[in-house]
Amino acid sequence: MSLIEIKNLTKKFEAFTAVDDLSLEINEGEIFGLLGPNGAGKTTTLSILATLLPPTTGSALVNGFDVVKHPTQVRRSIGFVFQDPSSDDLLTGRENLYLHALMYGVKDSEIDKKIDEGLKLVDLTDKQNIRMRKYSGGMRRRLELARGFLHSPKILFLDEPTLGLDPQARENLWVYIKKLSTENKITIILTTHYMEEADKLCDRIAIIDHGKIIALDTPTDFKKSLGGDLVAIKTKNPELSEIEKMDYVRQVRYKDGLLSLTVNDAGIHLQKILEKVGDAENVELHPPTLHDVFLKLTGKHIRDDSGEGEGGWMTRSMNSGNR
Amino acid sequence: MIRFNKNMLKLNIPQEIRGLYAIWYRELLVFMREPSRLVGAIIQPLLWLIIFGTGLGSIIEPGAVSGANYQQFLFPGILVMTVLFGSLFFGLYIILDKRIDFLKEVLVAPLNKSTMFFGKALGGSTDGLLQIIILMILGAIFFGVHFTALSMILTFVIIILLLVAVTSMGLAIGSVMESPEGFGLISSFVIFPLFFLSGALFPVTKLPTWLKIVVTINPVSYSVDALRSVILGITNYGLLLDFTVSIAFAVIMVIAGTWAFKRIKL
Repeated sequence: MSLIEIKNLTKKFEAFTAVDDLSLEINEGEIFGLLGPNGAGKTTTLSILATLLPPTTGSALVNGFDVVKHPTQVRRSIGFVFQDPSSDDLLTGRENLYLHALMYGVKDSEIDKKIDEGLKLVDLTDKQNIRMRKYSGGMRRRLELARGFLHSPKILFLDEPTLGLDPQARENLWVYIKKLSTENKITIILTTHYMEEADKLCDRIAIIDHGKIIALDTPTDFKKSLGGDLVAIKTKNPELSEIEKMDYVRQVRYKDGLLSLTVNDAGIHLQKILEKVGDAENVELHPPTLHDVFLKLTGKHIRDDSGEGEGGWMTRSMNSGNR
Repeated sequence: MIRFNKNMLKLNIPQEIRGLYAIWYRELLVFMREPSRLVGAIIQPLLWLIIFGTGLGSIIEPGAVSGANYQQFLFPGILVMTVLFGSLFFGLYIILDKRIDFLKEVLVAPLNKSTMFFGKALGGSTDGLLQIIILMILGAIFFGVHFTALSMILTFVIIILLLVAVTSMGLAIGSVMESPEGFGLISSFVIFPLFFLSGALFPVTKLPTWLKIVVTINPVSYSVDALRSVILGITNYGLLLDFTVSIAFAVIMVIAGTWAFKRIKL
């Protein structure tokens, strides 16, 4: 059953089209990723689904409710972890969760239990009474993740959940997101411009650029679509004609003692290939990455930095009025 | 301005009240966690009372301002000043909340937008009321201002009406403005005329006609007059008119604030 249905959604900011005739269905229980460079329209799409922005044309149903006609029912169905810090610095982690519980309609009798569970889920039980000013970036994100889920929404939106975190904190947060998804009946939609993040977390990925979906598939099939694994072998005199005859070898290039091959299921067939290679000095096997997929589809590299190129969240939010 | 729609019938009242409480409670917690905000808000009116009150009071003949000494005459005006400056600038926090995503956390909550606005407005009004209570205590102890039980209650009512009006005005400006600098500019244009043309610093009876007209159309003049009437027994317009204008001012500002808040741009 599809929990989110987007039909021909378009959002224009004066002359700029942020979301361009986008249609999409997201199924119950999946982790769905919107992958694309900064400014591709990911956050705008989420904002429309969360009723923060009205669409220019087109429609979107969230949990069966139209985002324009029934915004309150939509907001009752969702949780949101925002891109920029959205918790109150002067309050403790527990106080932030408590205020959220009140605003988002957690039953009085369940508030304490839910807060305890949430804190435990993200391992912040021992930090709950510390003011959030003293939290690290990673801890803050974890608390905000627990908060987004506190009222048991059917759908959880994560907008660039690991933006600005160091690699260790990032992988750490992935573990919590995975845990949340496997232990609960919840649908997660996340945006990211990190290839690795989309690959590790998502069941399905839509690659989005200039407000349009340019491809939609599972991470595995995306990588398969590239036509196999990449194999590089350093060797003196390979039997090129024999190798080219093998039906699982897709592409062959030999230059300056380096043999580059594209091979289906290279792990299985490597042995047979090596028999025809002769003396191999060095073998490298490299499965295709989403990066290669993105490059093939858009002809450009995704900016896989930590957002510093844009001047961090302060600058971005200052400009957000024009978004 | 307020359109009726069928979603209003589906309001979950207990949930709206809990949301209102949460938003109010947050404002209060934050206010209490930053004592500098409270201290700063008290120091300024005290300086006015002590320095300006003593300085100007020294050249005013006793009895010239309707029988009271000048500091006592000034006291209600300074209460109004505290409300004006403190509460209007409360709207600045909404712009700062916009810069991070905190406001979104509230805006995505399954609550009516009016509830969110009232929560904010009540939070700001409570902050202001705490400042006023401290000033009233200091006024009674150090400046010889006398309160009876009745005058104290009426003072609270007048102050609360003004707090709600000015906080709502601040939130309305904060909702439509995008930068703190813009907010500062607009609010200065609003706040100084409201303050100087309210009779907070001088009696309005002997003013030239053009100034008297401007003072008469300034709604804040009626709060000043009401407070003086209640605390010192000096009135110019009469309490009935004072209350009518104060209530109307609060209602109009709440409506305008709700309207602006519903159209807030992120």
